[in-house]
Amino acid sequence: MNKRALVIGAGIAGIQASLDIANSGYEVILVEKEPSIGGHMAQLSETFPTLDCSQCILTPRTVEVGKHENIRLYTYSEVDSLERKDDNSFDVRIRRRASYVNWDLCTGCGVCQEKCPFKVDSLFERGVGQRKVIYTLSPQAVPNKPVIDAENCRYLQSKWDIESGLTPALDKKGNPAKPKCGACEKFCPTGAIDWDQKDTFIEENVDAVIVATGYDLFPQTRLPEYGGGKLLDVIDGLGFERLLAASGPTAGKVLRPSDNKVPLEVVFVQCSGSRDPERGVPYCSKICCMYTAKQAILYKHHLHDGQAYVFYIDVRAGGKGYEEFLNRAQEEDGVIYLRGKVSKLFQDGDKIMVKGVDTISNRTVEIAADLVVLATAVIPRIGNQQVADMLGLTYDQNGFYTSRNEEFDPVLTPSQGIFMAGCALGPKDIPETVAQASGAAAKVLSMFQKDRASFQQEEMFSTIPG
Amino acid sequence: MGIAYFPGCTLSTKATGYDRSGRAVAAALGIEMNELEEWQCCGATFPLATDNAMALVAPTRILAQSQRSGGHVTTLCSICFHVLRRTQYFLDQKPEFLERINWFTEEPYDGNSRVSHFLEVLRDDITWQGLAEKIVHPLHNLKVAPYYGCLLLRPQSEIGLDDPDAPVILHDCLDALGCQVISFPYQSECCGSYLAVSKPDLPHKLAGEILSSARRNGAEAIITACPLCHFNLDYYQRPSQSVSPSETIPVLYFTQLMAVALGLPDDQWGIENHYVDPLPLFRQVVPMQSYQTD
Repeated sequence: MNKRALVIGAGIAGIQASLDIANSGYEVILVEKEPSIGGHMAQLSETFPTLDCSQCILTPRTVEVGKHENIRLYTYSEVDSLERKDDNSFDVRIRRRASYVNWDLCTGCGVCQEKCPFKVDSLFERGVGQRKVIYTLSPQAVPNKPVIDAENCRYLQSKWDIESGLTPALDKKGNPAKPKCGACEKFCPTGAIDWDQKDTFIEENVDAVIVATGYDLFPQTRLPEYGGGKLLDVIDGLGFERLLAASGPTAGKVLRPSDNKVPLEVVFVQCSGSRDPERGVPYCSKICCMYTAKQAILYKHHLHDGQAYVFYIDVRAGGKGYEEFLNRAQEEDGVIYLRGKVSKLFQDGDKIMVKGVDTISNRTVEIAADLVVLATAVIPRIGNQQVADMLGLTYDQNGFYTSRNEEFDPVLTPSQGIFMAGCALGPKDIPETVAQASGAAAKVLSMFQKDRASFQQEEMFSTIPG
Repeated sequence: MGIAYFPGCTLSTKATGYDRSGRAVAAALGIEMNELEEWQCCGATFPLATDNAMALVAPTRILAQSQRSGGHVTTLCSICFHVLRRTQYFLDQKPEFLERINWFTEEPYDGNSRVSHFLEVLRDDITWQGLAEKIVHPLHNLKVAPYYGCLLLRPQSEIGLDDPDAPVILHDCLDALGCQVISFPYQSECCGSYLAVSKPDLPHKLAGEILSSARRNGAEAIITACPLCHFNLDYYQRPSQSVSPSETIPVLYFTQLMAVALGLPDDQWGIENHYVDPLPLFRQVVPMQSYQTD
């Protein structure tokens, strides 16, 4: 037993679990799909209920992960296959996607991103901002190495067109055709751009796996009554986080996406897609009440003249300091809470018309809003089920992973040696995620501490039927 | 092609223009509309109680009658369509109710009729291309806003005519007539419907919003497929309301525009009973015949 752990996903859950294991002296292989680590927490502006700067409390941890002698970090990578061997260790094959940048040569100076002439919509910025075609997710990215988005890269596309014969091999003058652009290559001081890079595979052997693949948000396209994602000034919660974040596309100014104007009437719609068995998902997303209150407070702190409205079904503020935080939103910051659902959103001129109901005054409400923020449901990552099939995990009807025993063994999966943590199991906030990740790490560590043979004798898993 | 036609009460009373233009258009397109021999009101509302079989007797009787002319019944009125289509859906889902309802109808219903709105007949049987080919006076200069209302499209799972959040069927129809079709945000909002009787203030407010939104978006006419929408929108602009002439906007049935575009004689347009006279608008876009004399 080489006592090495694989952690899949480097959001706050994966980071916490990796650090706990690595700081105990065991090796960790941390695999992250995105170019840099931090997950959704890196997108947030502040955290509730303390209003800590999310980036500021996260960065020490991401940096620690990046520099840790016991952590081998593979970003822009995915687990390709995982096989259990006879000795209950796992052979894992990791695909490192081609980034077209030689990270050994790259110093992270950022000149390539400055010089790249093409911009595309950024998934990280949730539709409220753009990024260059060669990019890092944020200025604090760990590792601070860029990747090239091949699909949108003019050089790579024209290069491949020439290679496949789509464009003639000779130009009009009879010279061999050359790929266009290549600005990043011209300006890179260390010659780190590598146009011929291919996906590579790394084989590792590990004894324990922690799955921390996180969550996605319910897509707006599935909410046609709220514009179906077509209305520019209807954004989701993470989008609004980016507008509030100092490192976001607006540098922390609240400006609405359509015309960069200051939105003076902002409507927050809770339970967008959640608690809606007919058209969305049946469960409660748990974090929305609190983050909506936080966003409304922060919005008021940014714009004292602005008015924030929150439509809610009921407010769920179970947590230390949560209820008080919510009262603060209503009492100190003057956020107007309206108990009722929004039936429809539509563009009327430069306003978003919000048609809803206030069930306390028993009246329909119409608000001409400048910006609407949907607290869309937390849903499992797209691709969770393929991961489950590969690792032998089970999932519920909503796609979240299920534990061996939901009450007593929340981080154990039906597969021995595979543990999990975070929102891949169900919606949860940061403190709970961190606690769960430490729990999963503790399970791994207790497994490592025991001698393999005696561990197998005791086999805590096999005693549980089913 | 022959098809059973259920006009419904409103089209025989308040909305005769819709009925007349609809029949004329159908004839011009080669659709033989066979009016049901002995029809009665459809009930005008679909009962929301799931065990109220009595309220379904009236629409079921209409479906039963349609069996005599081939089992495909069409209607122009959105509300009749809504009731008949949902009745058919309900009986499909719960055949045990059909047996019970059949105790009360003189003619047993086999449960197999098909209910179409006339727009669907145009879309599926005539096709928009087929319609476009028959247009004599393309209405190129007319800016029209299709107004769907609610009952034509909702609930989607039972009606299934078009997407209630982004409907296109009226758009496509008007597009085939050559009109400049204008989408406006209130196109599938409710007009207030029957509340015109019990709470007239509400439809008044809603109609005002719908009309002004259509005007703001540049529409010269609002096109509907529902006699109640037509009434609420048109009645809002009646002379006693003293809406300024520059702010009035004619409310028309799609069949009326079709009759104009198909070059039918103007006595078949059925535009006599409008509070806002559409004639001045038509004068701008098509050659006039008898109406020219006024």
